[in-house]
This record gives sequence, structure tokens and C-alpha cells, in this order.
Amino acid sequence: MKQGIFTVTGNRPLTANVYEMQLTGDASAVTRPGQFINIQLPGAYLRRPISVCDASQGNVTIVYKVVGRGTDALSRMKTGEKLDILTGLGNGYDASESGDHPLLLGGGVGVPPLYLLAKRLMAQGKDVTVILGFNTKDEIFYEQEFKALGANVTIATADGSAGVKGFVTDALPERYSYVYTCGPLPMLKAVYRKITTGGQFSLEERMGCGFGACMGCSCKTTAGYKRICKDGPVLRKEEILWDD
Amino acid sequence: MGRLSVNLCGIPLDNPVIPASGTFGYGYEFAELYDINCLGTFSFKGTTRDPRFGNPTPRIAECTAGMINAVGLQNPGVEKVIREELPKLKTCFHKPVMANVSGFSVADYAYTCEKLDQEAQVGWIEVNVSCPNVHGGGMSFGTDPAAAAEVTKAVKAVTKKPVIVKLSPNVTDIVSIAKACQDAGADGISLINTLLGMRVDLKTRRPIIANTMGGFSGPAIFPVALRMVYQVSKALAIPVVGMGGVRTAQDVIEMMLCGATAVEIGAENLVNPYACRDIIAALPEAMDQYGIATLNEIIGGAH
Repeated sequence: MKQGIFTVTGNRPLTANVYEMQLTGDASAVTRPGQFINIQLPGAYLRRPISVCDASQGNVTIVYKVVGRGTDALSRMKTGEKLDILTGLGNGYDASESGDHPLLLGGGVGVPPLYLLAKRLMAQGKDVTVILGFNTKDEIFYEQEFKALGANVTIATADGSAGVKGFVTDALPERYSYVYTCGPLPMLKAVYRKITTGGQFSLEERMGCGFGACMGCSCKTTAGYKRICKDGPVLRKEEILWDD
Repeated sequence: MGRLSVNLCGIPLDNPVIPASGTFGYGYEFAELYDINCLGTFSFKGTTRDPRFGNPTPRIAECTAGMINAVGLQNPGVEKVIREELPKLKTCFHKPVMANVSGFSVADYAYTCEKLDQEAQVGWIEVNVSCPNVHGGGMSFGTDPAAAAEVTKAVKAVTKKPVIVKLSPNVTDIVSIAKACQDAGADGISLINTLLGMRVDLKTRRPIIANTMGGFSGPAIFPVALRMVYQVSKALAIPVVGMGGVRTAQDVIEMMLCGATAVEIGAENLVNPYACRDIIAALPEAMDQYGIATLNEIIGGAH
């Protein structure tokens, strides 16, 4: 974990309420795809945890949905403004377990952390398949970005307005070696039931600190109690214990 | 003695700044960021006789200038704390540490404190009779003078270490409870624990916190904390550790003027992990600004 001041270098809407923000600053603590950053915003007491979409030396990209006061304030930030950010939080995805044909399943704002993962897997020469699920055509983002990486991209929409009609689980390919996923809880549960290989699931919870101090985001796993922020947010399939 | 040093129940502190229990874990997360030996001490995660997972999630809600938590005393239990956490802690913190203890019966408190009494690294035992997030324990001992006195007496009987009783603000007469603890042999009082609060999600029309209510902390509660530290320290002979919404060196000075011998920092650690280090570094300049030679001389200065 590192604390640093970042400068906003871009902040544009991708859909009606999903934005992409570019930040420059010391990104050296971001070591794995699937990690998150925790952003201090004017007028908010707690920081806002947002997953990392892309990172390189000195640059971080986040894609976030406006859901409340904090993310609304974030969407109004202008180029040149500064943000106090904790970086390098969470365990992130372990790309070394992918096998040769990894399958990446993203739903809604669960899509962004899969981008850096896809990039890393492509760089390792893997045959990467990405299925992106949205409610409707107007909510689709990053389809072209994933295609530009060279991944096989399938879109699924719940209302059938684009791509396969249904959920990401309705568009699974026949053959894949491993699954990486991030999305809403019902989607993660459906993926958990349907996949036939091992996988890594990125979970979400309301957080206090985001770095393991407050025990605000604990969950029970087969490997004991874990903190979503520090020991997660990525859990292996065999570790997960759903509440119900 | 340095300008910042104070004495808490017979043990000297290099400075009065103490991260509060439940906001600092066992120190490791923060030791990755800075040398935590700059702290006066810290109060480690509330420890109970048996391991506890705590409450279901969500456990956290944001408020204007603060937050609500309902963690519910998640901890590995006193045996594991002694076997695993304290040896690890010893590698990154070389001062006496404050052990925070909670329980569900008088016997629980005594059992846990007796175990921790054997640990050389424990300087003080902070007895939490004020956790608002557990049923049938915690706060129920801290809202009744007789029950608070009974816990204090039982703990004093099993330890030679200074016993600091941590009180709840969710009472009508804080002074009577503090006095009952003092009469039962407490060596110090710490206050305030969190204020019972809640938030509702307008979209779902349900409480945000799974446990419905939780403990409200953060800068918003600072004036309430000052008032209670002032009242209690004025009425008591034993030292008072002040806490509640402290986030700057100026806040530390204000809390000490109200009667605090030392000051705990809670929620601020969660939003600024460097908060305690920064406050300690800022204290000398803040003291100069207000013509304060040593912190020790200003304790209770506003009485």
C-alpha cells in the first residue's frame, strides 16, 4: 500500500452513468490486476474504493459507476485536479493459474478489473475469451478496448438488445481452462454453479479503511475468516462460502 | 521527560497519542507504512475469551463527518492473541502495549485479563464495558454503575497491571459510572466509546447496517467527547484517556485541556493511515503556537 497525490488527466462518460478516469502519479504499488485504490473525496468522510482498470508506470485508469454522493463528486472532477489516493490495495487476480484458454466473465461495473488482467494474459500469449454482460445495449462499455487487446469478445445483454440474450452464464464457450470473474453477487453465484473448472472471484463489500485495519468487510471462507479488502477482494472458488 | 511526554497510570509515554482499539488491528498494517514506535502506545483489537467472527455485513455506513461501525468484536480469542499476535507484534512494536478486553460475563472479563496479565508486553489493560455492537455483554456492563464496578473489581483481582475502564457515552450520567469504577479500584478511565446510531438506505428502505444499529464515530462526535472528558476528569482523581473524533494536534491539545492525560485516535486512522504519525509530528509546532512548554502542564487546564 502507498499513499499518494494523483492528478486527474481525463474523466469522460462511457455510458449514462459510467465514467472512465485517467490519473497520473506513483502507481508502483499497483502490482496485480484486480487490485483497487481508495480515493479521498471532498465532502466525504470515508474513502471510496474503486477497482483498477488499467495501470502502467505513473498512470492508473479507473472505470466507475455513479451510485451515490462520492462517485457523483468523482464524476465532476476536472483535468488537473488532485486526489489523495491509497494504491496497491487488495490481493488481485493470480494470472499464473489461467491455463492456456482463460475465460474472463464480467458483469456491469465488474468489467473494469478484467481489462488489466486480459492485457497481462494476452502478453503471456494466452488464448483469452472475454464475456461481458450488461442489462441493455446502452450500458455496454469497453467492448472495443477488449477487442483491441486481441481477446475473443462476446457481449450478453439481459434484454437481448445486443449480443447474446441473457446473462454471461448463457454465453459460456464449450472449452476453457480457468475462470476469472467480477460482477454483481447473483451473477457470481450463477458463475460459481455453472463453471466446470477452477476460478477466481472478485467480491465486493462496504469497507471502512480498505487496508485491513477495521474488520468492516470480513467474510467467512473455507480457509477461515478473511477481510475482503486485504485478503481479497479475489477469492478462489474453493474458498467461497455463500451466505445462503 | 520530553515536551510531549506524559505518565499514564505509572507508565511513562513518549507522547500522549494512542491509536484506539479496533482501528489499528495489532499494528502490522500500519507498521508496513511507518515506524509505529513513534506512538505513545496503542490499544490493540478488542479481545474476548473465545474467538468471534462478529456481526454479519454490511458493518460500515458513512455519515456526515463520521462513520458507523458494527463489527461486533471480531477477534481470534485470547489464547490465539497471546500465541500468535503478541509475538508478531513484538517484532514491530517495542513499547508496552495497551490490551483491550471485552466480555459477556464478569467471569469472561476476569478470565481474559488474567491471561493477558502474564504477558510482559502488555502495559495496561483497557476494559471495554461499552461496546454497542454485541448483545448481552459489552455496553450492558457500562450503562449501570453497579455492573461496571463489579467488572472492575473482578479484573483488578486478577491483574497487577493498571486497569483502565473504557466507558460508553450512551448513558444519562457518565460521572456516576466513572465514579463507581474509580471506587472499585480502576486505575484510569477512557472515554468515549462510540455513540449508538443508524442510517437507512433510501433505495431499499432498510437499515444500511446488517445489525440495524452501530457505533457512530469520527470528527462529528468530538464536542460530545470533550464534554464527557471534562465532566469525568473534574469529578475523578484517577487519570482519564480522552477519545472521540480527534484528528489533529490541536484536537489533542483541546482534549488535554479538558482533562485527558492521554488521547486515543480512532476513526481517523481508517481514512488517513498516517494520522497518528502526522499528529505526533505536528504537536510541537501546535504547542509553540499556543505557548505550551510541555503537554503535561496543560492536563485539565480548562477546568
